[in-house]
Amino acid sequence: MYLKNALRAATALTLVTTAVHAETLTIATVNNGDMIRMQGLTDDFTEKTGHDVEWVTLEENVLRQRVTTDITTKGGAFDVMTIGMYETPIWGANGWLVPLDDLSEEYDVDDILPAMAGGLSHDGTLYAAPFYGESSMIMYRTDLMEEAGLEMPEGSPTWSFIREAAAAMTDRDADINGICLRGKAGWGEGGALITAMSNSFGARWFDENWQPQFDTDAWNETLTFFTEMMNESGPAGYATNGFNENLSLFQQGKCGMWIDATVAASFVTNPDDSTVADSVGFALAPHKEGIDKNGNWLWAWALGIPAGTQKEEAAKAFVEWATSKDYIELVAENEGWANVPPGARTSLYENENYKDVPFAQMTLDSILSADPNNPTVDPVPYVGVQFAAIPEFAGIATDVSQEFSAVYAGQQSVEEALEKAQALTTDAMEAAGY
Amino acid sequence: MARAVTTQRKAINTALAWAIGLLIFFPILWTILTSFKTEATAIADPPVFFFFDWTLENYGVVMERSNYGKFLWNSIAIAGGSTLLGVIIAVPAAWSMAFVPGRRTKDILLWMLSTKMLPAVGVLYPIYLLFIKLGILDSKIGLIIVLMLINLPIIVWMLYTYFREIPGEILEAARMDGAGLKEEIIHVLTPMALPGIASTVLLNLILAWNEAFWTLNLTAAEAAPLTAFIASYSSPEGLFFAKLSAASTMAIAPILILGWFSQKQLVRGLTFGAVK
Repeated sequence: MYLKNALRAATALTLVTTAVHAETLTIATVNNGDMIRMQGLTDDFTEKTGHDVEWVTLEENVLRQRVTTDITTKGGAFDVMTIGMYETPIWGANGWLVPLDDLSEEYDVDDILPAMAGGLSHDGTLYAAPFYGESSMIMYRTDLMEEAGLEMPEGSPTWSFIREAAAAMTDRDADINGICLRGKAGWGEGGALITAMSNSFGARWFDENWQPQFDTDAWNETLTFFTEMMNESGPAGYATNGFNENLSLFQQGKCGMWIDATVAASFVTNPDDSTVADSVGFALAPHKEGIDKNGNWLWAWALGIPAGTQKEEAAKAFVEWATSKDYIELVAENEGWANVPPGARTSLYENENYKDVPFAQMTLDSILSADPNNPTVDPVPYVGVQFAAIPEFAGIATDVSQEFSAVYAGQQSVEEALEKAQALTTDAMEAAGY
Repeated sequence: MARAVTTQRKAINTALAWAIGLLIFFPILWTILTSFKTEATAIADPPVFFFFDWTLENYGVVMERSNYGKFLWNSIAIAGGSTLLGVIIAVPAAWSMAFVPGRRTKDILLWMLSTKMLPAVGVLYPIYLLFIKLGILDSKIGLIIVLMLINLPIIVWMLYTYFREIPGEILEAARMDGAGLKEEIIHVLTPMALPGIASTVLLNLILAWNEAFWTLNLTAAEAAPLTAFIASYSSPEGLFFAKLSAASTMAIAPILILGWFSQKQLVRGLTFGAVK
C-alpha cells in the first residue's frame, strides 16, 4: 500500500514537473522534403518530452538571411535553427551557437559520420547536429547509356568519359540533352558545382597565404571544359538552371546524366513524379585523369541552438530527438526506408533494411569520398569542399559565379571571367584584411 | 463616315485594353491554374493549359500543413492597422500642407518621398535591434508601426493631391459658419475627399498586404502574415510548384476579391482631379 502511494506520488510529481517545464520551441527550418516529414512527426517529440513546437518554414536564402540577423543581434526569435555546413563552424567560432558537447550517452554522438561531424565542428567541438547529409553524384539514364553503347565504369569515371557519353546520349531531335548541370549564379547553386568540379581539376580558391587562384591554368581548364561540354550536350539556357530546373528536366526524361545532390536520388526514382524512375543508375562524381580527387561536394542541413535562446534544455532535447537513431526508425515506420534522412549516421548504412534502397550505398560512398579538411590537390588554408568556411566567401562566390554564368550565357569569354573573378576576389580579401 | 472611324477606333482600343489586361493578369491566372495541377503536371513541358485532371489535393496539403487562418488574421491586422494608423496621421498632415502651406512645405513633401528611396536592408539591423530593445519583435504592433512609417509618405502625398483639388473657399465658409478645426476636417473636408481617401486606403492596404521584406524579417511564429505563409512553400531542393501556387492563390485571394469589388472606387479615386 505504501509502495503504491509512493508510486502514485512520484507519477504525479513527474507530471507536474513536466507541465511546469513544458516549453514552446520556435524552430526555423527550410522547406525540403525531409524537414516537412519532421514537422509531420513532431507529435512524437511532444508526447515524449511535453514540449510543444512552432515551426517557421522559409525558403533557403530567406531563412539564411533571417537567422543570420537574429543570431548576430542575439534576438532570441528562434530556439533551434536549421543551418548548413558553411555557417556552423563560423558561427561556432564566434560563440553564437550553444556547443553540443554534453549530448546524452543514448544519443551516441560517435555514430555521426566523421565527415559530417568534422564539417559541423570548430576546434573539435560539435556546434550543430546533422539532420541529413548529402554529397553529389552522377545520376544517369541506364537505357540511354546502353543505347549509346557505353557502360558507366565502376568507381569514379573520368571527365573525358562523361563528356564523351554526354555527346553520345544527346539527341536534339528527341529533346534529350546528354548532360544537365547547374549554371545558375549563386554560391550554393552553380557556384557549388563549379567549385567542386575545380577541385577535381587540381584548382583551388586560395593558396596557403589566402591569395586568389583564378589566374591559374587549372581554373582555366575547369571553366573551359565545363562550358564546352555544356555547349555540346547541355540544355538550352543552362546558364540559368539550378537544382529544380535540372530535376524537372531529368524527371521528364530530357537529361542523359545529371550530376547533383544525392538527395535528388529519391525524387528521380519516385514513379509518382519521374517518368524515368525505373531506368536511373548512380555513379560516383567524376575526376580528371591523373588527379586523385572527385568533383563531389559535401553538405549537411543541421540543427543548431542559438546562444540567445532562453530554452536551451528543451532545445537540446529537440535536437537529440530529431537527429537520433530512434527518429530514423520512426520515419522508416511511417514513410518507408527510402525516405529516412540520409547521410548523417554510420548505423543507418549498417542497417539491413536500408541496404535495399538502391541509392543508399552510392550516397554513403560519395559522402565518404569528400574531405572538407583536405578538399583540393594542393593545400589550402580553409575548410569546406564547395565553399571556404570564411564569412566573406558567400558574397565573393556569388559575384564570381555571376561572372561564370555570363560565360555560360555567351556574354564573355572564359579569360575575361577569370580575370574579373581574380580582381574582385583580391579586392574583397584585401578589404577583409587577409 | 466619321462615326464609322470612331467605332472602329473604339473597338481597337477595347481590344488593346483587353490584351494588355490579360497580359498583366496572366501570371496570376497561371498561378491559379497551377494550383489545381499535380506536381508532375505543373512542370510538364510543353505546359498544359486547361486540359488536365483538376485536383484540390494541393489545397488539402496546404491546409493540413499550415495554420492558414492565423496567417490570414495577421495579414488583416497588420495591413488594416498600418493603413488606419497611417490615414489618422496623414489626414491632418496633408490638410496643413494643402491649406496652410509654409515656405518649406514643398521641401518637406519631397524629403518625405526621398525616404522611400532608401534600400530597406540598409536599416534592417538598427530596426531589428530597436525591436529587440522594445520587446516588439515578432509582434503585430511592431509591424503595424513599421509598415505605417514606410507607407506614410505615399499616404500624405496622395491625400495632399486630393485636398489640393478642394476649393479653400468652402473650408473658409465652414469656418465663417463657426466650424472649428476638428469639425472642418471631419464634417467638411473628409466627406468631400472621400473618394480620394478611399483609394488611398485601398492602395495602402494592397501595399501593406504585399510587403515582404519587413514582414519576413521581423516575424517568427507569432505575427507572421501571408507573405511568410507563401515563403514557407518555396524550396530550392524539390519541385513543389503546385503547392506553392496553391499557397500563393490562398494568400492573394482576399486582396484580389477586395480589389475586384472596390475597383470602381479605386479608379475614381486615382483619377480624381486628373480630368477637368
